[in-house]
Amino acid sequence: MRRLPPVAITAIVFVVGFALCTAQFPNFASTRVAANLLTDNAFLGIVATGMTFVIISGGIDLSVGSVIGFTTVFVALAIERLGVPPLVAFAAILMLCAAFGAAMGAIIHVFDMPPFIVTLAGMFLARGASFLMSTESTPISAPLYSTVSDFALRLPGGGRLTAIALIMLAVVAAGAVLLHFTRFGANVYALGGSRATTALMGIPVGSMTVRIYMLSSVLAGLAGIVFSFYTAAGYSLSAVGVELDSIAAVVIGGTLLTGGQGSVVGTLLGVMIQGLIQTYINFDGTLSSWWTKIVTGILLFAFIALQQAMLGIARRAGPRKAGVLKP
Amino acid sequence: MNAASDPGPALLEVRGLSKSFGTLRALQEVDFTLQAGEIHALLGENGAGKSTLIKAVTGVFPRDAGIVRLSGTEVALRSAKAAVDAGIATVYQEVNLLLNLSVAQNLYLGRQPTRFGLVREAEMRRNATALLAEFDLHIDVAEPLGTYSVAVQHIAAIARAVDQSARVLILDEPTASLDRHEVEILFAVMRKLATRGIGVVFVTHFLDQVYEICDRITVLRNGRLIGERKTDELPRIELIRMMLGRELAETTSERAAAQVRQAGELCARFEGYGKTGYVAPFDLALRRGEVVGLAGLLGSGRTETARLVFGAERADSGGATVDGKPVRLQSPRDAVAHGFGYCPEERKTEGIIADLTVRENIVLALQAKRGLAKPLSRSEQDEIAMRFIRLLDIRPPEPERPIGLLSGGNQQKVLLARWLATAPRVLVLDEPTRGIDVGAHAEIIRLIRELCDDGLALLVISSELDEIVTYSDRVIVLRDRSHIDELEGEAIDISNILAAIAASSTIGAEAG
Ligand SMILES: Nc1ncnc2c1ncn2[C@@H]1O[C@H](COP(=O)(O)OP(=O)(O)OP(=O)(O)O)[C@@H](O)[C@H]1O
Ligand SMILES: [Mg+2]
Repeated sequence: MRRLPPVAITAIVFVVGFALCTAQFPNFASTRVAANLLTDNAFLGIVATGMTFVIISGGIDLSVGSVIGFTTVFVALAIERLGVPPLVAFAAILMLCAAFGAAMGAIIHVFDMPPFIVTLAGMFLARGASFLMSTESTPISAPLYSTVSDFALRLPGGGRLTAIALIMLAVVAAGAVLLHFTRFGANVYALGGSRATTALMGIPVGSMTVRIYMLSSVLAGLAGIVFSFYTAAGYSLSAVGVELDSIAAVVIGGTLLTGGQGSVVGTLLGVMIQGLIQTYINFDGTLSSWWTKIVTGILLFAFIALQQAMLGIARRAGPRKAGVLKP
Repeated sequence: MNAASDPGPALLEVRGLSKSFGTLRALQEVDFTLQAGEIHALLGENGAGKSTLIKAVTGVFPRDAGIVRLSGTEVALRSAKAAVDAGIATVYQEVNLLLNLSVAQNLYLGRQPTRFGLVREAEMRRNATALLAEFDLHIDVAEPLGTYSVAVQHIAAIARAVDQSARVLILDEPTASLDRHEVEILFAVMRKLATRGIGVVFVTHFLDQVYEICDRITVLRNGRLIGERKTDELPRIELIRMMLGRELAETTSERAAAQVRQAGELCARFEGYGKTGYVAPFDLALRRGEVVGLAGLLGSGRTETARLVFGAERADSGGATVDGKPVRLQSPRDAVAHGFGYCPEERKTEGIIADLTVRENIVLALQAKRGLAKPLSRSEQDEIAMRFIRLLDIRPPEPERPIGLLSGGNQQKVLLARWLATAPRVLVLDEPTRGIDVGAHAEIIRLIRELCDDGLALLVISSELDEIVTYSDRVIVLRDRSHIDELEGEAIDISNILAAIAASSTIGAEAG
């Protein structure tokens, strides 16, 4: 519907960025770089999809980075120490994440607490719990792991579209359908518009809140599994700060930080822009990788300023465009 | 009382309903009975408890005591959703729907047509277009609701509820921002629903509308049931007495004869003032001690004119002078600096700050005008707040109550107080009596006259033609976003205004 403009700007930024990189490094524009971009940011794409739902609904989820860390440790210990089959471990951790997210959503709704506080507590809780389980990095050597990391769709030009990249693309696609084409998705936008009004319109606000945070935590768990494939290890310090990276991706993707507007495709582009900067730095070889953070910060600032400006314009020109009634 | 002799169980029965907010007893042992197929007015002063009754019945507020029966079966509704599921659709007083969603999504939120779990967007839009067409509203339903005027938003809210009302339709002041034509359409729809056996509860402060459409009337006062009558057995005087608990001092809908006031000195003048695509250039002179009324249909450019005058919108042609000196009114700030005040129509969204107290809301504009360097002392604030609470009869008279907890009408009085407190030289009032009860209505009209006698220049917008006729010294008639006529003195009466609106029917040429 009306979600085009901010996403279009994100897309333009991405294309221009890619073109600039290609201008400097001729072999940048290859399927290899593109495929790596997807693989390296697969886990971020998955959490950011969940974060998109949360932010559009007017909330925030600070716990996702810790949930990823917890998941990698949980999965590693279950498989390596307890000998649990990987798929069973995955199912268990996803259920645990679902319960965790549901609990946060329920607390937010029932006690009418700010999501910021509740998920901040969730962040400490999940990180603390992963330290309790193990403080060391646990390598995972289950056969499934080597199978998955060997699997790839070969693209013309030498690129390898890995399993985890495919999982991420599938999550983004499913997320986009859920957000834009279902009642659930419409309710997410409604909540971001106004909680009170949504409740008066007869939408079950409480169960929606629970389900949204559940979705975010489950996707964080899935991102954790993907992360463990990526690193073939479980470590309690992994994915520190990823909650902020994903919030940045969502906002750069054109989603309104105050809720009510945004899109999943935009978020994917936001993730890719962050990946692009990182890849540029890798190509350059001399720059510190902290430049990623600096450029992301600048972009974030620019996008928030842009949104404010557009909101301002919309408000000025605003609500009296039409509705002239015939007498 | 007479329930025993009734033929069958009523459609909706409320018995002994009580509800307190802290120490405030908003409803005490209220009974209410709605029969199938009737249109039932729920009346009372601002703060009488009408909205609270509706919310307690539909499960938005938990109730302290009392039962609700639907067709004889007791129901315990715990949320707005439960009420909708039980067949009770409601337009709450404060509902504005969701401005970020499309019109179609607003109409069908939570009940969109789906196939395999996916919303059928095209079908939903078709249905939405058809539904709004019943209300004679022809707009692009794929656009966000926020791009349309408040009136359109209200019609959308009503249309949604009408479409959902399986058994009962409750409308809490639905006509407050609609004009005659739309009200007529709404009434036609209400009648149609009633003949289908749906019970309609209708809250309003427009007594004419009550007598036009309602079969029965229930009156509340101070949270208590005063009585239930058939409309045709209840004379208007008696109804007002039931609502106010006293006689209304005077009838206000007569043009005061002594109104041939001396036009005071010129205060502000606008020449060729306009903005392309917004309002056609107009000339407007505001004199001290004079009320200029703006009349016209919804969307005719009344509010737009007010916003231009107040600098909320920038003019791109013409010029303005205040006291003979040319001024630039680029923003509301400029306007305030020149002694302008503006009480907007969209008080809900543009006006109140729900978490601040009544006192803080009242002194807000005055403080802003004085600048932060010169804070009002607490005792000054208390004094100002109490003065306006008394003057406008704001209830409950507690300056320290958060404004969000006041009834709709009392919130509006607070906003009016905010601008009066700044003692402006030019005051623009957009629909000053919307949602305000009969008693306070008379007070506000009296206040408008007094303000003028004190030398204020007033520009008042109202859809109530008899109201405009009552207090205006000049009336400007608008149509299709341009000023088309100006009536003065003896020429001001309702039929002349209507004639002016109708006469310039050059629609075809400009529409679209
Ligand atoms: N949420 C709330 N918390 C505390 N007090 C409230 C709340 N809602 C309403 N009240 C109080 O309850 C009383 C009844 O308010 P209500 O909104 O029902 O009035 P009303 O009859 O609808 O008036 P109006 O015509 O102005 O809309 C008022 O005194 C109001 O201040
Ligand atoms: Mg009310």
